[in-house]
Amino acid sequence: MAFKQFILVCGGTACESSKADDIYKNLIAECEAHGVKDDVQIVKTGCFGFCEKGPIVKVLPDESFYVEVKPEDAKEIVAEHVVKGRQVKRLLYQGEETRKHARIEDISFYQKQFRIVLRNCGLINPEDINEYIARDGYAALAKVLFEMTPDQVLEELKKSGLKGRGGAGFPTWMKWNFSRKVKDPLKYIVCNADEGDPGAYMDRSALEGDPHSVLEAMAIAGRVVGSNKGYIYIRAEYPLAIHRLELAIKQATEMGLLGEDILGSGFSFEVEIRFGAGAFVCGEETALLVSLAGERGMPTPRPPFPAVQGLWKKPTVINNVETWANIPIILLKGGEWFSKIGTETSKGTKVFALTGKIKNSGLVEVPMGTTLREIIYDIGGGIPNGRKFKAVQTGGPSGGVITAEYIDTPIDYENLQKLGSIMGSGGMIVMDEDDCMVDIAKFYLGFTVDESCGKCAPCRVGGRQLYDYVDKITKGKGTLEDLDRMKQIGHAMRKASLCGLGQTSPNPVLSTMHYFPQEYLAHIDEKTCPAGKCKDLVRYFILPDKCIGCGLCARRCPVVCIKGERRQPHVIDEAACIKCGECYSVCKFGAVVRK
Amino acid sequence: MAVAAEEIKLTEELRNFVEEWKDRPGNLIMILHKVQEEYGYVPRPVALQLSKDLGVPLAKMYGVVTFYHFFKLTKPGKHKIAVCMGTACYLKGGEDLIQGLEEILGTGINTVTEDGLFSIDAVRCVGCCGLAPVVMVDKDVYGKVKKDQLAEIIAKYRAE
Repeated sequence: MAFKQFILVCGGTACESSKADDIYKNLIAECEAHGVKDDVQIVKTGCFGFCEKGPIVKVLPDESFYVEVKPEDAKEIVAEHVVKGRQVKRLLYQGEETRKHARIEDISFYQKQFRIVLRNCGLINPEDINEYIARDGYAALAKVLFEMTPDQVLEELKKSGLKGRGGAGFPTWMKWNFSRKVKDPLKYIVCNADEGDPGAYMDRSALEGDPHSVLEAMAIAGRVVGSNKGYIYIRAEYPLAIHRLELAIKQATEMGLLGEDILGSGFSFEVEIRFGAGAFVCGEETALLVSLAGERGMPTPRPPFPAVQGLWKKPTVINNVETWANIPIILLKGGEWFSKIGTETSKGTKVFALTGKIKNSGLVEVPMGTTLREIIYDIGGGIPNGRKFKAVQTGGPSGGVITAEYIDTPIDYENLQKLGSIMGSGGMIVMDEDDCMVDIAKFYLGFTVDESCGKCAPCRVGGRQLYDYVDKITKGKGTLEDLDRMKQIGHAMRKASLCGLGQTSPNPVLSTMHYFPQEYLAHIDEKTCPAGKCKDLVRYFILPDKCIGCGLCARRCPVVCIKGERRQPHVIDEAACIKCGECYSVCKFGAVVRK
Repeated sequence: MAVAAEEIKLTEELRNFVEEWKDRPGNLIMILHKVQEEYGYVPRPVALQLSKDLGVPLAKMYGVVTFYHFFKLTKPGKHKIAVCMGTACYLKGGEDLIQGLEEILGTGINTVTEDGLFSIDAVRCVGCCGLAPVVMVDKDVYGKVKKDQLAEIIAKYRAE
């Protein structure tokens, strides 16, 4: 049966939560009602990445890109577009210019992107293995099983220059090679899908949109290092990704692409899913392996590295989702092809979850070496509401901020490190002038203190101390000596902590102190918060000459501390004010001032 | 705390699950997930029974349960409200939403309302950063939530 048209509906978590499933069902019902159901294939795909404008519906072959679709729009899409061939203009994406963008390649959000990891996301139905196979799925595995020796595979990976995408950036081929060299009949392959970085969802989207690429890559690694058992350690908070992985494992096993004697090669490989339970530290590889074994997820000192002695003390290759997803295509197209993408030292692409104060938040994949300016302005569309860009945080609680001054830096592992941040797993959070850097440092420290496992003192005690100092500063009680102490503690934590969590948790503080010293000084010397975020340091009052006495602020005030006669200037009782800022945001006349 | 008699018994499904997983290495966390799926939390009598069945000391089980945020030792509300406090949601006013919910429900974060209908939790990134700030009620996700929409959202579940 040949379909004439295809309707792709985004089935990522963000779109699903805005009723993508109803859209999907309505489209099917409408196609049936119009008698065109045999001409149109309706597919629920993985994430398109453009989450800001979701739910997204794409119609092929003419590539019409519909955004913010509602379930009731299905009727018009089918009646107009499918049946009469007329685009539903009101639903097409509209860019900065007034012109409506009909096709995906016209949309600036996609123009600078280059998709390797997300090559199948938003294109195939992740719940149907045949669609993956039609996109050369499992061809790399077949090639590895029948045409390549393990050494050749390692050689290709070495040529490709692929480094681990989980954060640290260790060359993938080396990791595999360490494991391969250990003589042990029992070895394990592990996929780290414990994406705990707040503000990041790259791995979840990759797994939801293209689960088979990870399974295929794990089987390839199994063949190379000599392992027959793989585990995927995934956050329990990702039910959709878990569901699709389970389905993918089942389908692959039924087709003989996983399980006993794969494709008659004599090689067997099975994959099992294990759930995380909400501990950030379990994203650290040694802690993850302990947690996978059912214990409290506390890290262990390295060496021995997991590649030599990992899960149940057996050699274990552990890579993160994005790293795995790169592997099949590298082996199909060759390491050399991959090495041509990116910079001198960092090859390939990187997926970022672009969020925060940005117009087009979403999932973006760009070649290494793309500048922050290109990501934030060309792809992300800049900062909304006319506010000014202040900084971007990469690497989450383990990373640091990058300021406007360095916005033209090409992104790769080395450059980010030089700027005092890290690549991390790919969270990229944009902040504008309303965000207080001391407050951000406090937010991240609060997170890492909460998530510290408590095993080593530098992290357990140092993190708490740092937090207390920052907290003191946000309350206007900090001193200049505190800043020196904070630097000392931070450096000690970097050097002495047991695992990556403790070693990197001072980064947000040290980096904001480095780039925004004036902001810390304002909190300490002048007892003010320039961004107006630290509640203890701001005060709200009403300018009598601007207030027209409409009373809106008084009605909105949750603690009823604004008084005044009608049409007369109002007054805020500062003793009772809880500084929620409600009056400030509702006043249409600029009469409420924050200082 | 007194526990209703029917709650002490292991459900059929849980017993089957334990049987299936009993001999697999590293099964404890998976079994605890199943317990929480069945009861909404990890009740002490169930943990005690499992400790006997699996040969895992109760103290060790307690250690694991308390290490992970996901596991709970007390019964949550009938409707679980989760306010995302990932970075994107934090920047876009997640804290205000918590404050708003506390005002509406008259109870604090990490607690259950007196009628047992709602519990409020602050959670780490739910992975819908494009929709920040996000509130989840049970399995429904509400994106780009404004403080003045909260009452309406709550009312929907109260009516059920």
